[in-house]
Amino acid sequence: MAVKKLPIAKAINESLRRALDTDPKVLVMGEDVGKLGGVFRVTDGLQKDFGEERVIDTPLAESGIVGTAIGLALRGYRPVVEIQFDGFVFPAYDQIVTQLAKMHARALGKIKLPVVIRIPYGGGIGAVEHHSESPEALFAHVAGLKVVSPSNSSDAYWMLQQAIQSDDPVIFFEPKRRYWDKSEVDPESIPGPLHKASVVRTGTDLTLVAYGPMVKVCLEAAAAAEEEGRSLEVVDLRSISPIDFDTVQTSVEKTRRLVVVHEAPVFLGSGAELAARITERSFYHLEAPVLRVGGYHAPYPPARLEEEYLPGLDRVLDAVDRSLAY
Amino acid sequence: MTVESTVTRGPRKRAAAKKTPGGQPDLVQLLTPEGKRVRPTKALAEYAAFVEDITPEELRGLYRDMVLTRRFDAEATSLQRQGELGLWASLLGQEAAQIGSGRATRPDDYVFPTYREHGVAWTRGVDPTLLLGMFRGVNNGGWDPTTNNFHLYTIVIGSQTLHATGYAMGIAKDGADSAVIAYFGDGASSQGDVAESFTFSAVYNAPVVFFCQNNQWAISEPTEKQTRVPLYQRARGYGFPGVRVDGNDVLACLAVTRWALERARRGEGPTLVEAFTYRMGAHTTSDDPTRYRHDDERAAWEAKDPIIRLRAYLEAQSHADEAFFAELEAESEALGKRVREVVRAMPDPEHLAIFDNVYADGHALVDEERAQFAAYQASFADGEDK
Ligand SMILES: Cc1ncc(C[n+]2csc(CCOP(=O)(O)OP(=O)(O)O)c2C)c(N)n1
Repeated sequence: MAVKKLPIAKAINESLRRALDTDPKVLVMGEDVGKLGGVFRVTDGLQKDFGEERVIDTPLAESGIVGTAIGLALRGYRPVVEIQFDGFVFPAYDQIVTQLAKMHARALGKIKLPVVIRIPYGGGIGAVEHHSESPEALFAHVAGLKVVSPSNSSDAYWMLQQAIQSDDPVIFFEPKRRYWDKSEVDPESIPGPLHKASVVRTGTDLTLVAYGPMVKVCLEAAAAAEEEGRSLEVVDLRSISPIDFDTVQTSVEKTRRLVVVHEAPVFLGSGAELAARITERSFYHLEAPVLRVGGYHAPYPPARLEEEYLPGLDRVLDAVDRSLAY
Repeated sequence: MTVESTVTRGPRKRAAAKKTPGGQPDLVQLLTPEGKRVRPTKALAEYAAFVEDITPEELRGLYRDMVLTRRFDAEATSLQRQGELGLWASLLGQEAAQIGSGRATRPDDYVFPTYREHGVAWTRGVDPTLLLGMFRGVNNGGWDPTTNNFHLYTIVIGSQTLHATGYAMGIAKDGADSAVIAYFGDGASSQGDVAESFTFSAVYNAPVVFFCQNNQWAISEPTEKQTRVPLYQRARGYGFPGVRVDGNDVLACLAVTRWALERARRGEGPTLVEAFTYRMGAHTTSDDPTRYRHDDERAAWEAKDPIIRLRAYLEAQSHADEAFFAELEAESEALGKRVREVVRAMPDPEHLAIFDNVYADGHALVDEERAQFAAYQASFADGEDK
């Protein structure tokens, strides 16, 4: 396959296809992943090509999906499970937190749990409740899990390859409102490490850090700021556990200002961790306190209010103004 | 997917109602798809007794409920197509299961629905336009559950069955004779919460009726992807009865649910009712059933349509005349019109509503964020004025 422009959903599909093709131990499991191809069609055509033994329509039971994936992993398989929507991962949260995350340590490192849990997450698609949440901090807080979120097709393709190859459980958050955004995928290129952040736009006045769906918003904010003569650097975190603080630190020590943007509530979110760590590491470089832009301490609102709830261009630029005013 | 697997086939078999070893009928049916009353066998008699003296007026009432519910549902589906609703989960085909079971409840009973129980809501006297708020995206619930003892819709599959069980445990503790009915789908039967609700209700002898509408599909997955035994048979393993009822037969649904609620009131504990029915439309307006099921399946089920069946019976018995049907048609149109108007006029919520009701006693962080948000919004208004 040569370099192609693909929507994120299709890049993930191709990535799953490649994994199924190259490793007979890889399985795809979840509700509606077979004939329907998943409710977002991310697994479209996989069951047709790899059969019901490899691409498994599971009963409607999330605890069952993750719990059996753990057993399959113990038996040498590499299950990639799909949770249909962010808000439906919680029936499986017990299995993920009390079992999946801890088993490797409890077994003195003797067993490996190569389970990938794919979760379409985040808002902006006008859905009903439980279909728009960003629960990444709840997973990043749990030792034993790795948490990542791509923001473009190339990362979606390659990070999923790397997640499947990882011997650790990986929670793979897919920015559902970007599923249809196209960008280039080169299936031959050798990607950087899974947990390395990337500087997606260089600048000198301030650093914006984001991941998943908010990277695009930050790039747009940086473009808008440029028109006002401001040069913003944008860092795509890519990995939320672990976090590549070095890349962020390097950027911040250059620009001296940091604004972190995510959809999840600000309170005790990943932005809080970034603010604390960067303040520790780069205290004397900072010209302004680290600011955060994100969701509120309120349930994700009904669709007609989500534009107010989600960080948009204006809220990001407002934080940029506040930071630059120090 | 075998469509014909369980619903009875020939007229003779239908009347005889096949029996399982325990003496229970495989399928309780009181009105055939052709609209003929089934002569109750011994196995059916216990249920049939609950609708024995049903009056023509009551029958017309059930018919009216089903027609208006279908009309409401069709209106909501087209409102979604017109962009007025973000999503709609249609109940098309499930009217008998919902109206029959809903009409079996008493005002003091408590109902725990999923997201598709528009017909049950109707029987509880909930203004149907209230159901549309969450699908339009103006709220995440939209009604006071205590007004009609009709709980909020639950989107997380299976959760409400435990709430229903707990509520029923409370009724038992209070020594009241109310009962609870919990709705869920065949897919939901796979959830741990549902299994746990069976366990709790059995152990505590809770007065709850589990009403499973087996509409054959959980989005794209047929019932066979959830279970290898007929769902109603699961109850036995928990120690309470399970009954399968023809979910397209409003009389049978009414009878069986009355029977089950009666047991609950008498202190005899939970019952599982499996209403064997069919989702005639898509799972929701976002779904594309052509990817996983054939048109001929729907056609086979259309022959069992709950509304046509009752109409045939009403006409054959001369229980309803042309005037009744014409009046109902007009009433349907009026309902559709009202729903359309109310939805179109539904205002978007105030922006600050994001912070409403997050806590009952208030919370300093929410207050702070509300104030920041208000100031931020006001900054735009100032800009516009200048
Ligand atoms: C815990 C959970 N997992 C997944 C979903 C997504 N989902 C919504 S409806 C549905 C199928 C439900 O099927 P069933 O229980 O048979 O009820 P039906 O909609 O057919 O009435 C699924 C998988 C959900 N809402 N909740």
